[in-house]
Amino acid sequence: MISRRRFLQTSATGALMLAGARCGVAGETKADPVTGAAVLVDLTRCIGCRACENACRIRAGFPGLPSATIGYGAGDGKLTFQTRTFVDKTHPTPVKRQCMHCLEPACASVCPVAALEKTAAGPVVYHENVCIGCRYCLLACPFTVPKYEWDNALTPRVAKCDFCADRQTAGQSPACVAACPTGTLKFGRRGELLQEAKARLGSQPHRYTALYGEEIVAGTSWIYLADAPLEELGFPKDLPKESLPNLTWKVISKLPFVVIGMGLLLGFVVRWRTREQHS
Amino acid sequence: MNSIPEINWLLALFRIFGVLVMMGAAVVACWLLAGRQFPQRLSAAAGSWVLLIVLWGLGGYALTSRYALGLGAVTNLSDQFPWGLWKALVLCGIAFAAGGFLTACMVYIFRIKTFYPILRPVVLAAYLGYILSASGALLVDLGRWHQIWRPIFYWQHRSVLFEVSWCVMLYSGVLTVEFAPILLDKLGWLKLSRFVHAITVPFVICGVVLSTLHQSSLGSLFLIVPNKLLPLWYTPLLPVLFFISAIISGFAMAIFVSALTFWTFRQPLEPRVLTALAKGMTPLLLVYLFLRIADLTARNAWTYVFQNPLQGVTFTIEMLLLTAPLFVMLRTQWSGRRRWAFAAAIPVIAGVILNRLNVAWIGLLPATGANYFPSWIEITVTLTLVSIGVVIFGLAARYLPLFEHSNPGKHVTP
Repeated sequence: MISRRRFLQTSATGALMLAGARCGVAGETKADPVTGAAVLVDLTRCIGCRACENACRIRAGFPGLPSATIGYGAGDGKLTFQTRTFVDKTHPTPVKRQCMHCLEPACASVCPVAALEKTAAGPVVYHENVCIGCRYCLLACPFTVPKYEWDNALTPRVAKCDFCADRQTAGQSPACVAACPTGTLKFGRRGELLQEAKARLGSQPHRYTALYGEEIVAGTSWIYLADAPLEELGFPKDLPKESLPNLTWKVISKLPFVVIGMGLLLGFVVRWRTREQHS
Repeated sequence: MNSIPEINWLLALFRIFGVLVMMGAAVVACWLLAGRQFPQRLSAAAGSWVLLIVLWGLGGYALTSRYALGLGAVTNLSDQFPWGLWKALVLCGIAFAAGGFLTACMVYIFRIKTFYPILRPVVLAAYLGYILSASGALLVDLGRWHQIWRPIFYWQHRSVLFEVSWCVMLYSGVLTVEFAPILLDKLGWLKLSRFVHAITVPFVICGVVLSTLHQSSLGSLFLIVPNKLLPLWYTPLLPVLFFISAIISGFAMAIFVSALTFWTFRQPLEPRVLTALAKGMTPLLLVYLFLRIADLTARNAWTYVFQNPLQGVTFTIEMLLLTAPLFVMLRTQWSGRRRWAFAAAIPVIAGVILNRLNVAWIGLLPATGANYFPSWIEITVTLTLVSIGVVIFGLAARYLPLFEHSNPGKHVTP
């Protein structure tokens, strides 16, 4: 008798979990790959002046670059808690680096509390008051973008480019795009920018050889055009074209069935063993 | 910090406080363990007192430093390598604790009488290993440890870590119910004990389901890093392999814990308990090794053994540790002996722990370009947490009715 009741309970729990998995609570927002905000980075136009880096620091509330270093030098040479974008000069072409704002971001998918979120408009933003500091986003990001406030003892934060989400809401372009003097950075809708990138690639094959961001990890909101394979410009090799969150979702989405299956199985075993002992 | 002398004073006071509290706790623990007496002369027992007092003193210093200064100052973690020894401890501890759900399943669900006597010690060890590795290590490792409760209210069901944190919370509750009778019997609250006993079976079923979910999910945690984890360990099969190896580790842990406790506290233990556990472990080990080898071959990943010297070595050791017990268990003249069962369990536990370290640490080094090795504070905190578990277990074995079912004449229904 007990086993039947428990069997019903287990089934009910499983069904609830199944329903929960279907309606979803957070973390499923997907920016439209066509109409979402995007930036086209044409590396062949970049002169490495670091005006984008300077504008980003000021907008993020940190002191700007000393004026003498704008246009010269390599700066920190890496993303840090304060440096959310920088111009990487360790390759033949200067390469601007920042969060790629994946269409299906691994960082947001792994966050247990939805502190990172892909907004419908396009940016991947961070809610510091929700964060528990597990640093899974740092591990999961295929581009190793998020940075951590390691020396904050009580309320450490994660920092990364937020695509100037607030400026975008106010109808402005991101600070780095607005500061770019050469047209390397172009802000717009992803579908249109992809079309333009392909047009440039097709009409000037001697100038462009590589387009990055259309397919890699299911697409990014930042798209790169370059005259060399991006893997040679410091972008990660061997990234799949498949969405990374999909790799885990394939497992998580099956768990309700595991719960129901195991529950039933164990219920039957209890029933079988109880009968056997009584007889 | 150094520029503000007042804060340095506070820090020093906080550290002294931590060291004294922990050393005091060590003295009390040793005194209780020794049967409420101090050692009369220099002996091995006195040496272990000193060892524990020193370790916990250092642990007090390490813990207070971590909470006062933050992760950056006391760990070797970096933006490049954000997960370290403490996260690995979570993985190892939970795999070790698998003995709890396994034994509970065999006793309450399959009702295998052979295992009734070891239920209590193994469940208690699982409970302690679980609480200290999952909650304890996370409270040290989380940057905002005071927000650890947040997954209760902020849901993100697509995150493996969200699922793991719910499993941790729920399964801790299940283990509390499974452990409760030990404490209630001691307190003499027999009515309540009997009530808890009556409702245990559904809880055990929940516990087995929850364990299935989150033992496998600890492997799923690393599915998201196909470009960072070395192909020797990265495979879509990670959740399946983690689950099977957790059960194997559960068998080994049940052998290890019951043998050590029954021998240490001079309780009678039927030899066939250990050999039966070892016999259960063997086929699973074969399945696991078959899956590993087939998977590595199918993905053409064997070349990585030779491409990465460090990872090649740790991988080889891991595989050898998991293969070695088979040579013992598959020889019929040895498989019936409990000493050999015990000897087979130790490399298995070591192999599973090394597997977790490989996945969460060593296998991530080449692709991330990091050079991570834990700081002395990370190591000390880890040793302190583990030793707290061992000490509490020792105290429980001494003062709680842990060997209830092994005493003749008492009731033997679980």
